[in-house]
Amino acid sequence: MKKIMYVMLIMVLVMGGLFAQGTKESGGMVSTDGSTSMEKIIGALGEKFVADNSGVTFTYNPTGSGSGITAVAEGRCDIGLSSRALKDSEKAKGLKETVLAYDGIAIIVNNANAVTDLTLDQIAKMYTGQITNWKEVGGKDASIVLIGREAGSGTRDGFETITKTKDKCAYRQELTSTGDVIATVARNADAIGYASLASVKDTVKSVSVGGVVPSEKTVKDGSYVVQRPFVLVTKVDTPLSKTAQEFFDYITSPKATPIISASGAVSTH
Amino acid sequence: MRQTKNLKRTVEKVIQIVFLMLGLVTVGCVLLITVYIIISGLPAIREIGLVDFLFGKRWASTATPPSYGILPFILTSVYGTAGAIVLGVPVGFLTAVYLSKVASKRVKELVSEAVSLLAGIPSVVYGLVGMLVLVPAIRTIFGIPDGASLLAAILVLSVMILPSIVKVSITALDAVPEEYEQASLALGATKTETWFRVSVPAAKSGIAAAVVLGVGRAIGEAMAVMMVSGNVPNMPQLFQSVRFLTTAVASEMSYSAGLQRQALFSIALVLYLFILLINAVFNVLLKGGKKQ
Repeated sequence: MKKIMYVMLIMVLVMGGLFAQGTKESGGMVSTDGSTSMEKIIGALGEKFVADNSGVTFTYNPTGSGSGITAVAEGRCDIGLSSRALKDSEKAKGLKETVLAYDGIAIIVNNANAVTDLTLDQIAKMYTGQITNWKEVGGKDASIVLIGREAGSGTRDGFETITKTKDKCAYRQELTSTGDVIATVARNADAIGYASLASVKDTVKSVSVGGVVPSEKTVKDGSYVVQRPFVLVTKVDTPLSKTAQEFFDYITSPKATPIISASGAVSTH
Repeated sequence: MRQTKNLKRTVEKVIQIVFLMLGLVTVGCVLLITVYIIISGLPAIREIGLVDFLFGKRWASTATPPSYGILPFILTSVYGTAGAIVLGVPVGFLTAVYLSKVASKRVKELVSEAVSLLAGIPSVVYGLVGMLVLVPAIRTIFGIPDGASLLAAILVLSVMILPSIVKVSITALDAVPEEYEQASLALGATKTETWFRVSVPAAKSGIAAAVVLGVGRAIGEAMAVMMVSGNVPNMPQLFQSVRFLTTAVASEMSYSAGLQRQALFSIALVLYLFILLINAVFNVLLKGGKKQ
């Protein structure tokens, strides 16, 4: 009996020691919550930040822009992530937005397609099935094959939000990755699709929208319209914790630019 | 003397227990998966309503308000499987008759080898070939805007189920006693008459089992059909892009959250029930065969 008591006592002491050690080592914590579209970019930034500052914990909760904004307003996370600008009603709740980067979405067609320019309105009409033939937009006489992403994809959400076609798109194919979309459009002469600007190579052609060619420059100056901001949401009157502020400063500094570009977005710097 | 006997008995017992444990691991896995899938599949059905869930015609999981009807998936899975059976069974069945009754020993060995190889090809390879060759071919042959369709999925599935149909049918046909066939020939029937009137009826339960096995394989396939079927939750049409029960789960899992995720588990539950049903039919058919 005595022996067991000793063993337990020792275990408690050891555990206590471990815990004490644990709290000492973790220098701080950054919690983020929000947009699933930002998973790649915030994941890469978080990884780099943790690698550079040992003992820091970084968490990201992929819940969606709306939930992320609510979470930061209710103080459930340090930084909210939103892939749209804040509404005035949200700003009125004491929230502040800082643009981290821009996400440009390229509208892609087959290399054999003669169409080089579409307006945003034409794109919306094509995806909702009001324009079904390429000749209506200056191409040859062939049906338009609409390629898109699966429900829940950030790129799809972005595209449908910008073109105001949410839940109205009459897709011919819903594919599960950017690579699949590009490969499918590259093989079908009548196909049109959308993909993150950074992933588009010369296997397909990106059309200009309203006469503006998509590029890092046109995305940054706002003239290319199929784009959306990646926004960091914070509270105006509550300062961030030391670690969270360090993280915030790091990802909004020019030092983070290479990582942001590598994850397919356009940095503000 | 007696001691060694006792020792032997103990060793025997220990080994028995080890085997029992190993057997229980399998049973345990099945139970674990069953319980898990039921527990995680039921809440969404309860929230959406069984009738709305099973017979709803519209699946728009991220729309506002979302709608979770899986009738398109169920019908697509049923049609796709039926189509694969219609195309695959005659080919597989006649191949089996040929290999079991007609072919020379060398040909039989060679073709059986090829069939085994077909069974060993990973489904993603079927999907890839389907995506790169079949889908563009369907597009040109039928003159439709896009080849990713139910038809493409049916064609891929019918090739994928061939090995199981051929192999199980051959086993059943080989097991028909030679005396039956000799008696038939002695009575003046031709060889063809003998195969189709005597051998095949004698092996019918085994062949039926082969078909059911093919159904099971077709309905559970995800990867290959995902790559050729276009993946849009339409009601099934031969030249439309469609989504199967399996691909419905696979394609949305990665980004899903909340009720959408739960609904995906419910789809998996429905699929699981389908497979259980097919297995039950399979067992009944095999037992029926043994009674004869």
